[in-house]
Amino acid sequence: MNNSLQNQQEEIIDTFDMFDDWLEKYQYIIDLGKQLEPMDDALKVDENILHGCQSQVWLVHDFNNGHLNFQASSDAAIVSGLIHLVMTIYSGQTPEKIIATEPEFIERIGLSSHLSSTRSNGLNAMIEKIKATAQSYK
Amino acid sequence: MMRHEFPGLQQQVHGKPLVYLDNAATAQRPQAVLDAINNYYLKHNANIHRGVHSLSESATELYEQARNSLARLINAPSEKDLIFVRGCTEGVNLVAQTFVRSRVKAGDEILISHLEHHSNIVPWQILCEQTGAKLKVIPMNQQGELVLDDLDQLLNERTKFMSVVHVSNALGTINPVKKLIAAAHAKDIPVLIDGAQATPHIKVDVQDLDCDFYTVSGHKMYGPTGSGILYGKSEHLSAMPPYHGGGEMISKVTFESTVYNAVPAKFEAGTPNIAGGIGLGAAAEFMMTVGMDKIAERDQVLKVYAEQALSEVPGLRLVGTATNKSPVFSFVIDGIHAHDIGTIIDHHGVAIRTGHHCTMPIFQFYGLAGSCRASLAFYNTEQEVDVLVESLLKAKAMFQ
Repeated sequence: MNNSLQNQQEEIIDTFDMFDDWLEKYQYIIDLGKQLEPMDDALKVDENILHGCQSQVWLVHDFNNGHLNFQASSDAAIVSGLIHLVMTIYSGQTPEKIIATEPEFIERIGLSSHLSSTRSNGLNAMIEKIKATAQSYK
Repeated sequence: MMRHEFPGLQQQVHGKPLVYLDNAATAQRPQAVLDAINNYYLKHNANIHRGVHSLSESATELYEQARNSLARLINAPSEKDLIFVRGCTEGVNLVAQTFVRSRVKAGDEILISHLEHHSNIVPWQILCEQTGAKLKVIPMNQQGELVLDDLDQLLNERTKFMSVVHVSNALGTINPVKKLIAAAHAKDIPVLIDGAQATPHIKVDVQDLDCDFYTVSGHKMYGPTGSGILYGKSEHLSAMPPYHGGGEMISKVTFESTVYNAVPAKFEAGTPNIAGGIGLGAAAEFMMTVGMDKIAERDQVLKVYAEQALSEVPGLRLVGTATNKSPVFSFVIDGIHAHDIGTIIDHHGVAIRTGHHCTMPIFQFYGLAGSCRASLAFYNTEQEVDVLVESLLKAKAMFQ
């Protein structure tokens, strides 16, 4: 039942496998960040700030027709790219699917070992928040 | 200079030679420090000050020799004026709670500067909450220097204590502390100088400065983490009550009352960081052997070179351009977040710090969330500065 989320994850993992070195992976992440839908400044308020990240990250959601849509934004480029990956997998899915899908891509594309602990903690904080939100709409 | 003495510098990260430019966060340790720690654990491991057996005596001797080495490094009148602490943070808290607290009441003032590390702000805010005293701040200018025009008003009849940083960890500014101390003393106001970033770079003479207290951080001056020194004038230390109660700091305990030990033991409750103290003594000896004059001279050569090299990076803006500064460079690059720069240049082997560097008020002054900070030590080289610049140019290209 998680096929669509899992497929998204597999696609991301396959894409990262094509890169030869880490700087290429970072370049790809940075470029993804540039494609992130800009967030309305009115939403960039303290109550939407995600704690656990060294850079500023804002996360908002809406629940529509049984699906949870997320939008997130950051002032840092690499984090913006990571947000893009997370949104690709989790946004627009049902709460049940979100809860059931583990973010394997972090481990499988090597993000956990190549991002500083503070930043990968920030990524984990974002996914925890997404899952907690899904839990509240279950 | 002396680079071969530092094993930590001889390694690679991400397959590139390490370029360690995060010395203001913590420095690397020379072999002599590692050997001193190892030697203690291998051959002298025993508790100090209380045993009659040989190991305890030799451990005590090593620990007290370390205190003597540190006294010589900062030219203290006696090693008895030095208290081993965990670092500058503990030193400032100790002075706030045992020396200053009983001297202040509601409406009194404590004077610090805009360039302080959080560790020389928060202990005073806690004291102010406890006593109703007010925290006053010597302002700074765009160059990152203290503005002393209103010093006479800031040091007034309500001012009970002044606590000022010697060298700014975020900007590298070397403050005119001797002048500040003289101005405070002219009004009988005692002074603490936070020397965390000074002892790694410049010769410190506490008698010449005439400061009442001076704090030293071990790990910033090539010694172990969790080690440090609080120097205090002997008349203050004798008059101050203890900070922590426990073993070692007593001479007699009954259930009715306790007689405290003499200084410095009075302030050293519990088994201390023995290996750390001995390692710190070795760091002091190492620095005196190299020579503080030579270290300071080399720092200034590196400073001039790095200042010039960084100015050639398009879009890079130095934050803090004091005339008198140590080789610490805070900078921002137009349109690129500091964390992004730090992450990418790490992959080129370059270690810098990004963020607010525990000095949020400084960055509030500049209207910045934070900066990149490259902080150099005497063992860094011009070639490493070149690698930094090249890596910054490569990072810039990635984000454009």
